[in-house]
Amino acid sequence: MASTNTVRKPSVKNLTIKVCVGTGGLAAGGQEVMNAFSRKLRALGIKADIAKKCVKKTGCRGCCSKDVLVDVRMNGNSATYQHISRNKVERIIQEHIIDGNIVKEWLVGPEYHAFHDRKIKILLKQCGEIDPEDIGDYTSSGGYKGLKKALSGNPSSVVNVIKKSGLRGRGGAGFPTGLKWEICSNEESGQKYIICNADEGDPGAFMDRSVIEGNPHSVIEGMIIGGYAIGAGRGYIYIRAEYPVAISRLRIALKQARKKGFLGKNIYKSGFDFDIRIKEGAGAFVCGEETALMASIEGQRGMPRSKPPFPAQKGLWGKPTIINNVETLSTIPHIISNGAKWFSSIGTKNNSGTKIFSITGKINNTGLIEVPMGISLREVVYDIGGGCPQNRELKAVQTGGPSGGCIPASLIDMPLDYDSLSSVGSMMGSGGMVVMDDTTCMVDMAKFFLEFTQNESCGKCLPCRVGNKRLYERLKKITEGRGKKGDIEFLLSLADDIKITSLCGLGQTAPNPVLSTIKYFRNEYEAHIFEGRCPAGVCEALRQYIVKAEVCKMCGKCFKECPAEAIAWEKKQPAVIDKGKCIKCGRCFEVCPFSAIK
Amino acid sequence: MTEKMEKKLGTILRKYKREEGNVISILQDLQKKFGHVPREAVYWFSDRLNIPASSFFGVATFYSQFHLKPRGRHIITACLGTACHVRGAVPVEHRIREHLALGKGEDTTKDMHYTVENVACMGACSLAPVVRIDKKIHSNVLPEEVEQILEEDRGTKKR
Repeated sequence: MASTNTVRKPSVKNLTIKVCVGTGGLAAGGQEVMNAFSRKLRALGIKADIAKKCVKKTGCRGCCSKDVLVDVRMNGNSATYQHISRNKVERIIQEHIIDGNIVKEWLVGPEYHAFHDRKIKILLKQCGEIDPEDIGDYTSSGGYKGLKKALSGNPSSVVNVIKKSGLRGRGGAGFPTGLKWEICSNEESGQKYIICNADEGDPGAFMDRSVIEGNPHSVIEGMIIGGYAIGAGRGYIYIRAEYPVAISRLRIALKQARKKGFLGKNIYKSGFDFDIRIKEGAGAFVCGEETALMASIEGQRGMPRSKPPFPAQKGLWGKPTIINNVETLSTIPHIISNGAKWFSSIGTKNNSGTKIFSITGKINNTGLIEVPMGISLREVVYDIGGGCPQNRELKAVQTGGPSGGCIPASLIDMPLDYDSLSSVGSMMGSGGMVVMDDTTCMVDMAKFFLEFTQNESCGKCLPCRVGNKRLYERLKKITEGRGKKGDIEFLLSLADDIKITSLCGLGQTAPNPVLSTIKYFRNEYEAHIFEGRCPAGVCEALRQYIVKAEVCKMCGKCFKECPAEAIAWEKKQPAVIDKGKCIKCGRCFEVCPFSAIK
Repeated sequence: MTEKMEKKLGTILRKYKREEGNVISILQDLQKKFGHVPREAVYWFSDRLNIPASSFFGVATFYSQFHLKPRGRHIITACLGTACHVRGAVPVEHRIREHLALGKGEDTTKDMHYTVENVACMGACSLAPVVRIDKKIHSNVLPEEVEQILEEDRGTKKR
């Protein structure tokens, strides 16, 4: 470029550019954007004026629908751009960095601020700020200080702090973490283990992925502290193979932590030895259940066993073992650094601290939010999420993944905490939240979850193996228009039996989606069974395609595309669908350029 | 078994000999090296590690990551998780199979170029519905975009 030579060398000081390269950012082309920034800045000679690391990699900020997000921080001021692609880079460099004028039309909108400017952030604070592949970034923002503090006291005082903080396990059931640790620390054994459960199998939840991608060291620090508290010499991170970015960041982080002496022998000269290994999951949802997870680490089929004995007494290879979720572990360093009192002052009584929710589905702003426990569902869906797209009506919010339930729109003012959620027939689960509007069919939703769980059932105990299959088959019949009187009662009674008699958490909670949708949306089931219609228009077998003659422009496209030759059409005549021949494939609906088919 | 294959298996064996709970790790390495778990490799390990072949097959059939049949050179993963489902992943998946002319129960194209798989969530819910081809993630995919995405991908990966 000839023009660059004539431009005087810009004097830019303290320039930092942060590009989001989490899973979402990478999909949107984050790597290319980052390369474009470094290449162009180098060509302009700007790099020489500033400190190294002018273009930083950051992890997931949880606002993936706006990717690629780019922060430009210069002379103390900072601006965040959204939807940046490679060809937008040049203009940002020219106008913002060289001329000092922010490119206003590309700045993030109020939705991003609704996500990001919440007052209390603990876990997500550093995600998207620090470079996850550089331990220096983490230590300079206070990282590994909690570990140092923990190691300066004795293990029992660490357990006490966690107990006092009121932290409850973020993986689902909400068991008090401090109590779990205490049980395990009281066990006499030469070898103990601590396991980080990163087998985030709940469809619709991705906070663990984001925390690991954005701040892997916080999880590692939490694990070392936990290992010290219970007296474990080795930790395992069990992570699902579907998260390749997270796995590679963890490997880098472990290597760096070992080099710095945070892992290995005699950590901080305390005489405490500890190391961590990564175990990649092999794609089985049930391995999120702790006893199945341990079986999987031992190299067996991931089948749960009955409790007691609890893992804290007899776990991995028969030794006392603690299993904590990613979110729980990465909270630990903050509690140790800031004290139990600080943590329990956030949230509500019995539900202290913050929780990360992933809000997805039919909602305007999708992504991750960290909010204090006890926040109302309305605040999450409307104030942060911005409501349903196209101003459609909210129907329900599904929480807790396949083990949870659907909360109807009428309960929108309920607080989000462990106890309130289970009292309405749902659960916290990992914090996945899928929003549904009036175009979502609740019977189809229940069928979807049961299809998932019956598929993922390990097959060890009968109620789960056979019972959930029967539930699924009956739901399938209903959605195909073959429902009969008595089906609802059958579903209810079988669901209860499965809940009571299943061996592990998967089976005990699998019928929840069925029970909660019948409880709140029984009329939809009845419409399917008795009236032969799907109110949301989702179930294909109950759908009827009709040509709106007044809108039809008689182009004949549907006639040509119809695979069943069910459409009659002649020039200058609107098309007509033969209901007898129609296979309800929906092809005509998709191809019609004038939306004349409904 | 060819000498070349035996050499490959030997490297995996040396890596895991002393590790506890190595069945899954061995299978994962086999899967990575060969694209599937070859039967003869299982018997080979079974002999050398004194672990019954049934344990290997038991584990291999339990986890969805392992495949006993050869797969295509490129893997298309259609996400059918909750968020993707609600945003219309099913028609997208149908269109992929239709475009690749896959019959019922078929996952791999005749020329072994593509294998289509489903996953229950890859944690990219904000981008739903998501389709992954090898490592590249395609976000907010509409059924009518499928054709273009697949053709573009095939263009960049000509054998």
